[in-house]
Amino acid sequence: MPETPLVALREVSKRFGAGPLVLDRVSLSAQPGDFVSLIGPSGCGKSTLLRLIAGLTPASGGSILVANRSPEEAGTDLGFVFQEPTLLPWLTVGKNVELPQKLRGADAAARGETRREAIELVGLTEKTDAYPRQLSGGQKMRVSIARALTLAPRILLLDEPFGALDEMTREHLNEELLAIRERQQWTAFFVTHSVAEAVFLSDRIVVMAANPGRIHSEVRIPLPYPRTPETRLSRAYQDLVAEVSRVLRSVETADAA
Amino acid sequence: MKSRRVLSILLPAATGALFVAIWYGIHFWLSEERRFLLPTPGAIIGAFQQNAAQLGRAALNTTEGALLGFIAAIVVSVGLSLVLSLSGLVRVSLYPYLMILQMTPVIVIAPILILWVGPGIRSVVVITFLICFFPLVVNTTQGLVSTDRNLIELFRMWRATRLQQIIQLRLPAALPYFFTGLRIAATLAPIGALVGDYTAGSSAGDGGGLGFQTLIYSGQAKYPALFATAATTCVLGFIFTAVVLGLSWLALHQWHDSYERSDK
Repeated sequence: MPETPLVALREVSKRFGAGPLVLDRVSLSAQPGDFVSLIGPSGCGKSTLLRLIAGLTPASGGSILVANRSPEEAGTDLGFVFQEPTLLPWLTVGKNVELPQKLRGADAAARGETRREAIELVGLTEKTDAYPRQLSGGQKMRVSIARALTLAPRILLLDEPFGALDEMTREHLNEELLAIRERQQWTAFFVTHSVAEAVFLSDRIVVMAANPGRIHSEVRIPLPYPRTPETRLSRAYQDLVAEVSRVLRSVETADAA
Repeated sequence: MKSRRVLSILLPAATGALFVAIWYGIHFWLSEERRFLLPTPGAIIGAFQQNAAQLGRAALNTTEGALLGFIAAIVVSVGLSLVLSLSGLVRVSLYPYLMILQMTPVIVIAPILILWVGPGIRSVVVITFLICFFPLVVNTTQGLVSTDRNLIELFRMWRATRLQQIIQLRLPAALPYFFTGLRIAATLAPIGALVGDYTAGSSAGDGGGLGFQTLIYSGQAKYPALFATAATTCVLGFIFTAVVLGLSWLALHQWHDSYERSDK
């Protein structure tokens, strides 16, 4: 590989207290601009892996480097999006989006500019003064993504962000997410249960197995960007969805046996 | 929906009229020498006018005691809730003693308090404080520790300071819980002040409140005036509750689900 990876996990293991091994010697790396999806049966530790990269929980063994630093020191290099929108319900959309900057002491002018850009990016300019409860589930998720982008992260960690949304909204947001990435070039780690979503978004899909959580295999997705709704109709896309589904099923049946 | 609106005014009015009619009915059904047991609403209004100055002054004194005790309870309970929210260990070490404080009847504490802080307004304030304190602490603490885990983790990732986390996240998230406690405390405050005044009140220097007035009227067998005192206390309770409901509306109606959505 020509450049040093932006994110590098080497032999990372994780157990909570004296509990069973959640992750067993996971090695994984990503170059700038990669879109990596993590998929696997429940209990395979894919969300835990994301939280390790985010520095929200320490590894029990192995090493994690994010931009050549420990995750705890990576700070604004990392953006995190949860499955729930995780907005502050007492703040308007605009105030929610500028909160990370406000906490870091950015002045009002700089905040205003970033806020406008981020909200425009997700197409919610006319909702700037609305409260979260006035938004639909998809709109709230957009706000959550806009907020994660305000600190200009180099790595975006997304933990099943569209898992609670209906199929149509999910497909729209998948397309929007890629459109935003065209303009911003961050590296993404994306946890999902949906094979179709993983294939549409990623250039690499990491299939994980459970008990203990480990990497089973990696599938490259050589579909060209930009990807559009037409991409989903292509033969290549459908073949890849079938292939990943097959791998996933083999992992799940092996686990059940 | 207009007919509904009219009904929502008419029905309570009709209930009230029926109630007053039954009241008069009972009054005149009683034998003449026993009618003092239930004075007519008219007699009570009369007593109200007759004792207006006295009742007004007493109501003001009770309001002062209730308000001071109420505000002291808010300040202390929010501070203590912040301490309690720091860790589960702090909570388990302090909760049993808060329970003991709550379980001890105020009537028993009152004479001790008179010894400690002296009779009159000071005792009234302390007793009101004791009565309002518990629901406020329990609810506010509950709110402070129920903050969304994911939001706390986001604040950590954004490198928010401990103080930022408390002011921008935990306190606003606890507001709905705080107001639940405040509503309970608002109904208790006038009662607390009255009980305090009844057991520890003093007439020295106009210091008597509605509780003290209750003692006097019942001693003098002024039953209509006693009913008028009850009505005054009731109004006081309504005012306290109305103010708290108003504050709660101001703080929450725009974003909290307990208030109806205005649009969408």
